Amino acid sequence: MRTTVPVVIAFLSGLVLAVSIFFRPDKTIIGQLEPELLVWVTIIGGFTLFLGAVSITRVNFNAVQRRKKGWGYSLLTLISVFVMALPSLLPSTWSPLFGDAEGSIYDWLFQYLDKPMMATMFGMLAFYIASAAYRAFRARSAEATILLLTATLVMLWRVPMGEAFLRSIHTALPEWINTYVMNGVNMAVQRGIIIGAALGAASMSLRIILGIERTYMGKG
Amino acid sequence: MSGMEIFVLWLEAFITLAIFSFLYKDNPVYHMVESVFAGLSAGYYIGLYWKSIILQQLWEPMTRADNPKWWLFIPGIFGLMMFTRLWPKYSWISRIALAFVMGSTAGVFLITQLHGLVLPQMQKTMLPLVNSKGLEASFLAVIVVIGVISTLIYFYFSKEHKGFLGVTAKVGIWFIMISFGAHFGYTVMGRVSLLIGRVQFLIEDWIGSF
Repeated sequence: MRTTVPVVIAFLSGLVLAVSIFFRPDKTIIGQLEPELLVWVTIIGGFTLFLGAVSITRVNFNAVQRRKKGWGYSLLTLISVFVMALPSLLPSTWSPLFGDAEGSIYDWLFQYLDKPMMATMFGMLAFYIASAAYRAFRARSAEATILLLTATLVMLWRVPMGEAFLRSIHTALPEWINTYVMNGVNMAVQRGIIIGAALGAASMSLRIILGIERTYMGKG
Repeated sequence: MSGMEIFVLWLEAFITLAIFSFLYKDNPVYHMVESVFAGLSAGYYIGLYWKSIILQQLWEPMTRADNPKWWLFIPGIFGLMMFTRLWPKYSWISRIALAFVMGSTAGVFLITQLHGLVLPQMQKTMLPLVNSKGLEASFLAVIVVIGVISTLIYFYFSKEHKGFLGVTAKVGIWFIMISFGAHFGYTVMGRVSLLIGRVQFLIEDWIGSF
């Protein structure tokens, strides 16, 4: 019961969605099922996010309750979750501060706190990428040297001063980088990776539909 | 500048400097802002999903007077089943909802990955070597064909990379290194651009307001 029912559900839902592409949505029920079932998946996905929210609340609440090391930070996280989420869940008809429209608490916190924090966090990564690059790019092998050269060329190509420098070496060098590196080698590798990953995803999908792959169910 | 604008400016400057303070040393101010950031981001997605999914895709279509989609209570119940994961004794119930999501996604993937990715990508790779676009296009077509085949062979581990397979895999890794280098260059420039934005804010907006 605990394993068979989920396997049967996965088989049926997978089969219906795999087959539905061969049926016309305007004339057949099975063709109409595809967009409907995809909405169902989105709805369940929405609930899973709320499960995550409950989980983050529970973990941080426990840390605060048991006065674990750094419980003050957990308290701040808890307050932030509720201050951001609660006003957005309340209807804007009650107050213009509720909901998610411009001028609401949710919008204000996103515009003036969350967005600049995100930009600063990602901006700070520039320093760590530089230090990682130093370790990775030390030209100790032919492969590392190729990586170093390409990255340097692309970085120079992306800024006006670097592009001018590249043009001083050869007037067509920036165009060559665009044509042969970005639209040639880079595209070919991306295509190879996409084909390989897509074949892997398709075979894994088949394993899930046929009930061979069951690790998503966990133990018990 | 109004009092509110000054407050927002100083608040943004404070959080920017607090995050950058981590570059010098791990410190409590950074952790404080980091915790707020984690909480706000989680809260942001709760608000976003509440409106765009729970209200717009579930509640409103199900309860509207004209042609209500009453059957949406099924994914609603499936969604509620996911919460049984919070109680280990009943967590197996969540498998039913999870199996539906996994099965449906697998069904869509099985077709879209092959029909939407593998076949079109293969079609675009099979370019004519002799065409009206000239020698450069022919050369590019050769690069693309060699790149795709050698990359695929590099990731083929069912046979030992020896002989012809080994040489092709070696060519593959050179291609891959060039591509990764290009990606790395792009990523660095993206991050530096964000950094420039924040430094500009500090210098022009914040210090400029003194």
